[in-house]
Amino acid sequence: MATSSDLREKLRNKRRALQESLGKVKDDTQALVPYDSDATKESDHTAVEELTSRGDDPGEALRRSLKAQRMKKKKKLVEEMSMEIPPEEEVVKAEVTTVQELQFEQEELSEDTSAEGARSARLQRDLPPLPVLRANSSLSESSMRQRVTEKLIVAKSIASRKMKQEASQEPPSRLQSLRDRELLTRFDREADPDLHEAEPSFAARVKFQDAARRAIRDKRGETGLPTAEEAYNFFTFNFDPEPQERRSKGQTKTRSRRREGEDQEDELDQEEEEEEEETEMEREQEGEEESRDRDEDAPLVRDEEEDLFIIDQSAQDFLEVKKSEYIGYNRRVLREREILFTPSMRAVPASSKLPENVQPRYPEEEGLYVGERPPVTLSNQNILENRILKQDQGKKWFGDDGRIMALPDPIKESSSRPPLYHLEEELDPALQTVYRKALKSKYVNRYIAGVGDTQGDYQLDVDVSGLIFSHHPLFSREHVLGARLAQLYDQYLSRQHKNLTCLLTDKLNGLRNTIRNMLELHSGEGISHVTQHRIAEYKQEVRHTRQLRDSEQEKDRTLLKSIIKVWKELKALREFQGFTNTPYKLYIRKEEVQRALDEREQEAEILAEVAELKAESEEDYERKMSEYRRQLEEWKSWRRKQKALKKKQKKRRQQSQDVNEEEDEGEQSEEELGEEPVKPEAPEKPDIAGLEQQVREKACRIRRKPGEPVLVPELTASSPVTPNEQCPRGEFARREDAAKCSLFIKVLYNDKEVSRTDSRSLNADFRVHFGQIFNLKIVNWPESIKLQIYESVSSFSSLLAEVCVPIPESSVLTGSAPSEELEFSSNQRVTFNHEGVGSDVPFSFAADGSNRQTLLTSGKLSCCVSWAVGDDDVPLAPPSSQSGADMHSGLRQMDAIACIGASGLNDMKRLGKWAAESRLDPNDPNNASIMQLLSVASGGEVAIPDYFRLEQLQEEFNFLSDEELQRSRRFRLLRLRSQEVAEFRHFKTIPATEREISEKVFEDYERRLKEGELVDTKEHIDAHRALVAKYLQKVRESVINRFLIAKHHYILSDLVVEEEVPSIGVLGLNLFKLAEPKRPLKPRRKERKKVTAQNLSDGDIKLLLNIIRGYDIPIRKPHTSKPAAAAKSARSYTETFTATASSQTALQGNDWPLGQPVIRPFVEVTFQRTVLQTSTAEGPNPCWNEELVLPFSAPNGDYSTSNLQAVRDEVFINIFDEVLHEVVEDERERGSTVHTRIERHWLGSIKIPFSTIYLQSRIDGTFKVATPPVLLGYSKEQSLGSEGGYDAIRSLSEGTFLTLFITIEPQLVPGDTIREKMKDVKFDTQEVERLLLACEIFEKDASQRFPDRPCLTTVVDINGKSVFITRFIRPLAPPKELLDAFPNNLQEATELVARYVSLIPFLPDSVSFAGICDLWSTCDQFLTLLAGDEEEHAVLLCNYFLSMGKKAWLIIGTAIPEGATAYVLTQEQNRYLIWNPSTGQYYGQYDTFCPLQTIGCLVNADNVWFNIQVYAAPMRMSFDVTKPKFWKPFFSRSFPDPGLSSVQPEELVYRRIDKAAAAELQDRIEKVLREKIMEWRPRHPTRWNRYCTATLRQFLPKLELSGGREMAEEHRLELQSLLGDYRISGFPLHLPFSEIRPIIEAVYSTGVHNVETPNVEFALAVYVYPYPSNVLSVWVYIASLVRTR
Amino acid sequence: MTSNNPSVFLVMVNGQIESANFPEYDDLYCKYCFVYGHDWAPTSGLEEGISQITSKGRDSSQRLVWNFPLDITFKSTNPFGWPQIVVSVYGPDAFGNDVVRGYGAVHIPLTPGRHTRTIPMFVPESTSRLQKFTSWLMGRRPEYTDPKVVAQGEGREVTRVRSQGFVTLQFNIVTKDMKKLGYDTTSTEQVSPPQ
Repeated sequence: MATSSDLREKLRNKRRALQESLGKVKDDTQALVPYDSDATKESDHTAVEELTSRGDDPGEALRRSLKAQRMKKKKKLVEEMSMEIPPEEEVVKAEVTTVQELQFEQEELSEDTSAEGARSARLQRDLPPLPVLRANSSLSESSMRQRVTEKLIVAKSIASRKMKQEASQEPPSRLQSLRDRELLTRFDREADPDLHEAEPSFAARVKFQDAARRAIRDKRGETGLPTAEEAYNFFTFNFDPEPQERRSKGQTKTRSRRREGEDQEDELDQEEEEEEEETEMEREQEGEEESRDRDEDAPLVRDEEEDLFIIDQSAQDFLEVKKSEYIGYNRRVLREREILFTPSMRAVPASSKLPENVQPRYPEEEGLYVGERPPVTLSNQNILENRILKQDQGKKWFGDDGRIMALPDPIKESSSRPPLYHLEEELDPALQTVYRKALKSKYVNRYIAGVGDTQGDYQLDVDVSGLIFSHHPLFSREHVLGARLAQLYDQYLSRQHKNLTCLLTDKLNGLRNTIRNMLELHSGEGISHVTQHRIAEYKQEVRHTRQLRDSEQEKDRTLLKSIIKVWKELKALREFQGFTNTPYKLYIRKEEVQRALDEREQEAEILAEVAELKAESEEDYERKMSEYRRQLEEWKSWRRKQKALKKKQKKRRQQSQDVNEEEDEGEQSEEELGEEPVKPEAPEKPDIAGLEQQVREKACRIRRKPGEPVLVPELTASSPVTPNEQCPRGEFARREDAAKCSLFIKVLYNDKEVSRTDSRSLNADFRVHFGQIFNLKIVNWPESIKLQIYESVSSFSSLLAEVCVPIPESSVLTGSAPSEELEFSSNQRVTFNHEGVGSDVPFSFAADGSNRQTLLTSGKLSCCVSWAVGDDDVPLAPPSSQSGADMHSGLRQMDAIACIGASGLNDMKRLGKWAAESRLDPNDPNNASIMQLLSVASGGEVAIPDYFRLEQLQEEFNFLSDEELQRSRRFRLLRLRSQEVAEFRHFKTIPATEREISEKVFEDYERRLKEGELVDTKEHIDAHRALVAKYLQKVRESVINRFLIAKHHYILSDLVVEEEVPSIGVLGLNLFKLAEPKRPLKPRRKERKKVTAQNLSDGDIKLLLNIIRGYDIPIRKPHTSKPAAAAKSARSYTETFTATASSQTALQGNDWPLGQPVIRPFVEVTFQRTVLQTSTAEGPNPCWNEELVLPFSAPNGDYSTSNLQAVRDEVFINIFDEVLHEVVEDERERGSTVHTRIERHWLGSIKIPFSTIYLQSRIDGTFKVATPPVLLGYSKEQSLGSEGGYDAIRSLSEGTFLTLFITIEPQLVPGDTIREKMKDVKFDTQEVERLLLACEIFEKDASQRFPDRPCLTTVVDINGKSVFITRFIRPLAPPKELLDAFPNNLQEATELVARYVSLIPFLPDSVSFAGICDLWSTCDQFLTLLAGDEEEHAVLLCNYFLSMGKKAWLIIGTAIPEGATAYVLTQEQNRYLIWNPSTGQYYGQYDTFCPLQTIGCLVNADNVWFNIQVYAAPMRMSFDVTKPKFWKPFFSRSFPDPGLSSVQPEELVYRRIDKAAAAELQDRIEKVLREKIMEWRPRHPTRWNRYCTATLRQFLPKLELSGGREMAEEHRLELQSLLGDYRISGFPLHLPFSEIRPIIEAVYSTGVHNVETPNVEFALAVYVYPYPSNVLSVWVYIASLVRTR
Repeated sequence: MTSNNPSVFLVMVNGQIESANFPEYDDLYCKYCFVYGHDWAPTSGLEEGISQITSKGRDSSQRLVWNFPLDITFKSTNPFGWPQIVVSVYGPDAFGNDVVRGYGAVHIPLTPGRHTRTIPMFVPESTSRLQKFTSWLMGRRPEYTDPKVVAQGEGREVTRVRSQGFVTLQFNIVTKDMKKLGYDTTSTEQVSPPQ
């Protein structure tokens, strides 16, 4: 037999041979022949023949493959001629008659050989045999099998012929086919036709196909043998999956045959290749192509000569030349036609849809109901029909009428559902939606919370260890007794273990001892009541204990007795039945006791008991006796009464004769007394002697007799059990039964079986050991765990009993949980006919059947349920709190806790109390746990604190202790900075280490803190002022705190810059702008870009001052022009001379009339100690037009808005006169040298607070210069002639003016958002909501219409509450002193009042309450604080005016330089006057120099009017508030004044004038100023001219009286007369007093001290004039004197 | 400076604003600035910068690459107020107006080493649809008053923003004396590996 290795070897050899010689074909064959020894002789022979005849390469290939096949299959061949058949096709094979096949094959053989013979015109010839064959097959009606065989043979012949042809004629094409084979899989048939379509026979073949198809169809219609079909199917399935359809439709076989032929060829080719490969491949091939093998082999076996002449390979086999592949369009179409099917859209004739010869039947015509078909388009229907017809059994889809079967259209015309909504009605009540409350599923709670995410976190371990029957139906009598014995013994053991008797005896003894001790202690002496009571209690206890002990003893004894009895019975039974069933054996050990001792003890015991009993009975007797006596007493008294009554009756009887009445009465009396009480019987005296007898009897009943040995039973299972063989039949049967019986236990969790134990057979001792642990991973709450005991006898099992296991509490864990024994019993009635006693069946031990017993099956199940412990020792138990039942079961063990309730468990006190009350026996082991608990509790180890702490762990998280935090300088610094303490707010780079921070850092801060408390009188001079300052500071702090939130409250505009939505107007304007010229002729000032004051640093901000021009500057006054100066001609001369000289140098002298000295003014600006000055101009109306740039640095380098607003620095603008003095030391040098000294004389000043500039962003205008009332050496008188008209206008106003433009570069965004923020942060208010709403609307409307006009309706008072503005206006009387000063002149008085108000120091709110807002204080607050800004001044002034009977209003507007401010408007007879409250100045309505620029609204006590006129400048507007066209009132008819009460006091209380204090202050200021001036002149000696000072001091009161006016001339004259020898320049300064610092500042700013002439002298006089309420007017007269001689 | 008791620690930051991913916009440039606490001071380097305009690449990633270098050294005594870089991106809108395309901030990485940070960017939204329309029309989109706003939390609740894109930054951090002053920023295991 050729193995695969053989084959391979053979192939190798063959190839070798081939390589050696292609020519020696014959040798080759010969060489091959011996190898093929196992092949049939015939094949060998044919092979040789073939070789000789052909010797072609293809032939060789074919031969080789066939040979290989043959060798493989040889074994399987049933007979030589038939093909080998794969095992699975045996059935098919069996149906083929071998004989037929043989015949056929022989025929074919002959044909083939003939074909071989005539090789020429092969192609034409290869067809003709087929019809013959076909006919043959059809005629003979042979099986499919045969037909297939024919086909194959034909195909083979074709193939072989073709191959030969190819080989001989055109080897390249052969090779091509080979290559094709490689490309295509065996099943790719599509490609194959291409190879052959080129053949001219194609058309003929097609024709033939049709014929063959017809033939086959006919044949199938008639015969259609199933075997054939199956075989055919087999072919189609295995061979060509793709052309299945065609075949099922009964298409051509010829085609397939031809294909098979090709297949064969392919196969051969392939095998040629494959053979060179492993045998494995061959085997695979075998598996795959068994069917083909068969085909191939069929001819092989028979047509040997044909098959075997192709043996050897030629060289051409190794070369491949291939044509490029092209598939023509037509061919492709054709091919596609073969595969694809396009259903026609044409209607299918009815005949094809119906079985033949059946006429379509129309049920409708027959009168049957036919529903309407769903609408389908005809074309679709046709397509569908065509498609269906192509299918197998397609006709079944058609009905009798030849149409596709279809259900009637299911869609109904109308809705079948009742309409829900009727037009008018409500919803049908039956259809109304009804709300039902959600029901909670009862299973919801059973799920353990959180089990979803931690699956299987909870696990119950059920340990079923075993089962012991205490009774079982299969028990024999002996077993019953044995079980009873064991039970009793168990009982005995447990009692022994508890040892109650002993315990109770000990207790009894203890109690007795206690009583004895107590009695001894008190030995007869007066026993206290408490002790007595306790003794009684103890006695009671003794009695109780004794009874208990007695009963226990009795039980012990009976138990012992019964054990012995049962054992005896058992022994008797064993003897009786003659065999032993149970291994029980009872030993009784005797423990000998000392008789004497025992006796003594017993006797003592008895005696003690007797004594006690005696005592008790005596006591009892006593009690009874007392009771008896009491009752007796009662009875006796009754008797006495009775007797008395009877006596009475007797008397009565004697008195009256009427017997009947007597009787009646007697009866009555008897009734009154009630029934006669039973006479109590005296209790019997207790029988003492009998007592002892009783005790003794009892003792001998329940106790061991003295001397009797102590019996200790001991049960063992050591007795041998009689083997089965020796048992009688009944017992044997029982044992058999018992052996058959087996048990198992089901575990039910929540009534669901979760697992069951293995079935275990019953042991002879009726114990079953399971020892199985079930781990239950639970999801549901445990509700019940049940164990069902099943007993199974020979595959029939029955439920014996069910045991419920308590669910363990969560603390019961596997490993520590003890095993529990659960008793169970069953009431099944079981009877046996053998020795088994059965269950629920009476039986008897005795032979006579007496003493019958009935026992039920019962036993103990030993199991343990506990919670499992996880891998990491985590108990897999659910939290216990969720299950109340668990809790309960846990506490059950301690009844003490049950007694006081579960809550008491936490309350140690209650527990202790309970223990004390119930007098818990500390020795009782049951109480041990409680006692321990109590001892721990009382030991104080578990002291529960009385307080509760919320964050008990906070301390652990503190990284530092608070003290350390306090001590650390660094942390302190950091904290202060974060608290935004002013000093540290902008502290940069706090050092990293402590040591780098010096203590000095905090010095300032600490000093400031201290200052807050200490009033520095030195600084403030006036104690009251200091207090005020302190108060202000406090208010400020509180207000700052209040507004801190507002500060951190952001609105969108703070963060996001967003363009406003342009209105139409703006858009139009923008459009208009487009048309604007690029470079207009008159350019307008463009708005500068505003800079947020954030990323600024020192030096970034500059103050720009544009000093344009001045008006009306006082001019020097020549002395000569005055007659008074005549006496001093010499001096005047000099003066004149100097003046002339100076005028000459200035080249201006000629402009001025006769000897008029000129003035050379310049402006000096001081800001933050930076001093800049303009150039010097000339004349009283100079024009400088100069820009001064002053640097600005914010305090602490903080450029935040709030800080900038708090800057208190002021810009001082001073006008000086530059005076040149010629200093001529030597007259001779006069001609050649000019030696002059420049002196500057202060003429006046303007001061503008920086905050104003900051808030206004620019100040532009002409300002009045504050000039001193007296300027020595200067006058304002002007020549009439010069510049006529201009002067005339100016002369209307008095004073000097300066035109300025001030701004900050870059422009800073002022903190104007504060007001908006204020609106967000609603203040507390007492106003009604409606009013506030109206205010809001009013203000909003106002700001919309006139955005530049300020409108105020509500203001914030000093408490931070919103107050309506009119509440501040109320007539208030000014100080009486002021009114009295000018009783007749109202004008004067008014001015004085204004002056008084202006003397109250000015303190802008925005400075004191930096970054916050305007706070309005009431007048009394204002006067107390003596500080306020414009509003306060204005309110006060307005109120004064009102009280003086004037018509006055508060003006809310803007002024220069203050900005938004408040003025006062009064109506005089025919004109309006505008008062500036902070200066006391008043202006007429048409005054050009009125600083008030716009008027926003007017306020008086009743109403607020908003200015809705075109112009807001006072000059151009009407003040008639009654005209609604000009003024919009707040309260109108639609919203009347609700009658708001004023916040102002009824009356102002003024403090008296304190002249002494004023004088003191005066001295102090003078002293301070003197020192300061000397300080400012460090390099020069400062001399004081006392005389002059004294003179000046005299002037000052006069100045005060005159209000600073009209004094100059007289004054000067006086001075000059006094100080003729000096050139004097000086002036008085007038200030309100608040602090000393501003005074110093003002003096400094005049620059008087700057005179550096060596012989200069100074004069300083201070005068303080007190006004009521501590308002002080301070005058400082300062002058410098230069001795002229 | 080599004293054993340093009083300041130094944080050197160099790196670059690598690229951005703004799917809808092109031709963007960016500005950056640093925001840091009181205890911080830059010792050298540029605190602010403005980049070139970059256009999108043709590749599929559509990134806008700046590769704009950052180089700054801070000194500080206190890690509180650790510097943050604020990046704001600008570019022309449909009408050629220069509008903001995104704000974003990120803390400078604390640990030494190489870090890559991707900052999501956002812009403030208009308060209303009308505003949105007009701002679109006029090319005046809402902007933060100060880009540094995005580095602080105060007041942000009043704004609404829309996310825009991403900016990728790369930092190389070197610190000095941090540990000596008791600030240990490296994790206990080791410095995070370079990304």
